[in-house]
Amino acid sequence: MMVRAGDAQDQEGIPLFAPHEKVYPRSVRGPIRRLKWAVLILCLSLYYLGPWLRWDRGPAHPNQALLIDMPARRAYFFWIEIWPHEVYYLAGLLILGAIGLFLVTSLWGRVWCGYTCPQTVWTDLFLWAERLIEGDRMQRIRLDQQKLSAAKLARKAAKHAAWLVIAAATGGAWVMYFNDAPALVHDVFTLSASTTQYGFIALFTGTTYLLAGWAREQVCTYMCPWPRIQSAMIDEDTLAVTYRSWRGEPRGKHKKGDSWRGRGDCIDCRACIAVCPTGIDIRDGLQLECIGCGLCIDACNEIMDKVGRPQGLIAFDTDAKDAARRRGETPRHRFLQPRTLVYAAVLVLVATIMTVALARRVTLEVSVLADRAPLFVRLADGAIRDGYTLKIENKRVETRVFALTVRGLADALLHVAELDEPPVPAAQGTTLAVRGDGIGTFRVYLQAPRRDEPETPFTFVVRDAKSGETAQYDAIFRGPGQQGARR
Amino acid sequence: MPTKTEKDAITGRETTGHEWDGIRELDTPLPRWWVYIFYATIAFAAVYCVLYPAIPLLRSHSEGMLGYTNRAALVQSTEQAAAQQAGFISRIRAASLEEIRKDPELLAFAETGGRAAFAENCVPCHRAGGAGAKGYPNLADDDWLWGGTLGAIHQTITHGVRNADPDSRQSQMPRFGADNLLNRQQISDVADYVLSLSHQPAPADAVERGSAIFAENCALCHGEKGTGNQEVGAKNLTNGIWIYGGDKATIVETITNARNGSMPSWGARLDPTTIKMLAVYVHSLGGGQ
Repeated sequence: MMVRAGDAQDQEGIPLFAPHEKVYPRSVRGPIRRLKWAVLILCLSLYYLGPWLRWDRGPAHPNQALLIDMPARRAYFFWIEIWPHEVYYLAGLLILGAIGLFLVTSLWGRVWCGYTCPQTVWTDLFLWAERLIEGDRMQRIRLDQQKLSAAKLARKAAKHAAWLVIAAATGGAWVMYFNDAPALVHDVFTLSASTTQYGFIALFTGTTYLLAGWAREQVCTYMCPWPRIQSAMIDEDTLAVTYRSWRGEPRGKHKKGDSWRGRGDCIDCRACIAVCPTGIDIRDGLQLECIGCGLCIDACNEIMDKVGRPQGLIAFDTDAKDAARRRGETPRHRFLQPRTLVYAAVLVLVATIMTVALARRVTLEVSVLADRAPLFVRLADGAIRDGYTLKIENKRVETRVFALTVRGLADALLHVAELDEPPVPAAQGTTLAVRGDGIGTFRVYLQAPRRDEPETPFTFVVRDAKSGETAQYDAIFRGPGQQGARR
Repeated sequence: MPTKTEKDAITGRETTGHEWDGIRELDTPLPRWWVYIFYATIAFAAVYCVLYPAIPLLRSHSEGMLGYTNRAALVQSTEQAAAQQAGFISRIRAASLEEIRKDPELLAFAETGGRAAFAENCVPCHRAGGAGAKGYPNLADDDWLWGGTLGAIHQTITHGVRNADPDSRQSQMPRFGADNLLNRQQISDVADYVLSLSHQPAPADAVERGSAIFAENCALCHGEKGTGNQEVGAKNLTNGIWIYGGDKATIVETITNARNGSMPSWGARLDPTTIKMLAVYVHSLGGGQ
C-alpha cells in the first residue's frame, strides 16, 4: 500500500491507517471454482426456496414449514413449534452453530469463510453480475479510469440496478421467513403489504447492496470478528491455502525455453493476486485477510500447466505437511487432533441435550396468580373463599380437555367463574377445555372452612384425560387464621 | 493568527498556528461524513421549524405548516381508541345484562371496562377488588344488603343508597339509644341477642331478654330470625359478615346511633354503558347471584 502525504504514521513511517484500495477480482476456471459455484447455488437455493416449503399443521395454523410468526409469537420449524419463552432452543441452535464452526475449522480450516458464509456467497453473486455487465478485471479497471461518459454511466447504472434487484430479492426472501410467503409476494406486488414489511424489505435490500456490492472484503477484514480469532483457531495441522515457498522461490519472470535450474517455480505472473477476492498476495504467507476460498490455487495451477511445471505450487495444505514436504519426507495428515475430538464430543453432547429437551418438551403448562386484593373473602356461612387466575397453556394444535383438581384441601369447594355450574368438591374437580395452540384463562374460586393457620399450601393439578399429561402448580390458600379468635 | 500557513514537516498537514510549550496542533479537518451529517441536521432543523411549531413569539408561538399540536394528537389517539371500542360499546348498550353475561366476548370487554371504571370511581370506598372497609360493604362476598343479582347491583349503582335521587335505595334505621327508644340495659340485651344470632358467646339470660326486645323493635326490618331483608337494605345478622364490626361494643354503638350509610347516585355521573359494565364487573367479583 502506498503511503500518502498527510496520512498519520508511526515513527518508522508505517501508516497507521490504510487507505482502501478497490479490489478487482479476475474470473478464474478450475475445480475449486466449480465447487464454489456448486456451493453457492446450493446455499442460495436453500435460502430462496426455504420459505416456500409447506407443512400441514391443520386448518387453524400456518402451513409454512419455516416461519417466525412475530404477531402470534410463534416460531415454526417443520414439526417443531416454539413459544416465546422457549427461546432457549434458539440459543441451543446458536451454540450448535458455534461449536460446529469450531469443529469444521479444526478439520478443514476456514471453509466456512471461503464457501458458505453469506458475505462470501453474496459477494460472489454480485461479482458475477458485475462481470456480466462491466467485463472482467482489466475491463473494469479501465472503465473506472475512464472519464464519465454516457456509455460508462449506462454500464454503471445497469450494474447497480442488477445489484439492487438481487438485493431486493434477498431482502424480500428474508421477510418471507416472517410472513406467509405466497401472501407476502402477492401483497408486495399489489402494493398492499404493510409499512413494516416494505420497511424491512428496504432495510435488508440496503444492507445486502452495501455489504455485497460496496463493502465486500472489508466486511471480512474489518467488521467480522471471526478472522480476528483465527490465530487461536489455527495451528500447524490446520488446512489452509498454502504457498509452497520452498518450491516457488526464488521467483522471477520466465521465458519459454529458459532453464528452471537454480530458481523457483513461481514466475511472478501475479495471477494469484488478480483472482483473489480480498486482493492479497498469498505468497506473503497465511494472513488474516485470506478467507481460504482457494481461487488462487485454480489460477496458479492453470499457469503451472502452461509453463509445464507440476501443479500445487499453491494448495490446501497444513503447515506440518508443508514442512515435511520441504524436508523431502512423506507428509502425514493429522486428521484427528485432540481438539477435533473435544469439539466433536461437545457437539454431540449439546445436540443430545437439545434432542432430549425437544423430545421431552412439555405441551401443557400451568401458571396461577392468587388474588391480592382482597387476599381472601369471608362468606356468610363463615367459610373463606380465595380467588385465583389460572392459565393453562395448550401447546398442541388440537383443542384439549383438562381435568382440574385440587390436592391438599380436602374440604374445599371449587368453582370456575367461566363455567355455568355450581361449586364442586375440589378433590373431585371439574373439566376445562383449552383451544389448540392457545392459553385458557380461568377465574377459579376455592371455598373452604376457616382454618387455624393463615396459610395452607395446596396444589392445583391439571391433567389431560386423553394423554395423561399432567402439570401441577403449588399455591397457598390464605385466610384470617385462628378459628377461636374474636371476629 | 499567522498570516502564512505553516505546514507540519512530518505529516504535511497545516497547523492551527497555536503553540503551547513547543507543541503545535495540526489543523486536521473534520471527516467529510461528519460535516455532511452536520449540514443535514441544519437542513432538518430548518424544515422542522417550517412544518412544526418551533419559534416562540411574544404571546404564542409559530404554528407550523402541518398544524401539529400535542393536544390535537392526544385527542386524535383518544378518538381512535374510542372508535375501536365503539363496536363493543354499542353492543353493550343494546344488550341486556343477562345477554352480556352469556356472550364471552362482551363479558370480557365489560369486565375489563368495569374494572377500569371501578378503579376510577368505586375503589376509594369499596377498596381494590371490592374488598370493602369499615362502613363500606365488601362486594366480593356472598352477603348483599340490597341484592346481589345483576339487576339489583345495576339498580344500586345507578341510583345509589340514601341520597337525593328519588329512586335511590331508601330506608332508615331508628337511633334506639340517641332517641331514647330503648334504655342502656335494653340495648345491651339486644346486642347480646344479636351476638347469639351469629353464634358468638353471650350470657343466656341477657339473650333471653334481648330476644323479646328484638322481636318488638328490630324484627320488622331484620326479620324474625334476624336474617335481614334486602327490600329495605336490612343486614342479615346471622352470618359472620359485618360492615361496621361484630363485637359487642360496636353492635351497641350501632343500635344506639343507627347506621345509615349512603352511596352516591352514579346514573347522573356515568353513562349507561359504563354502569352496565360496572354491574357486570361487581357481579363477577365472586359474590354475584
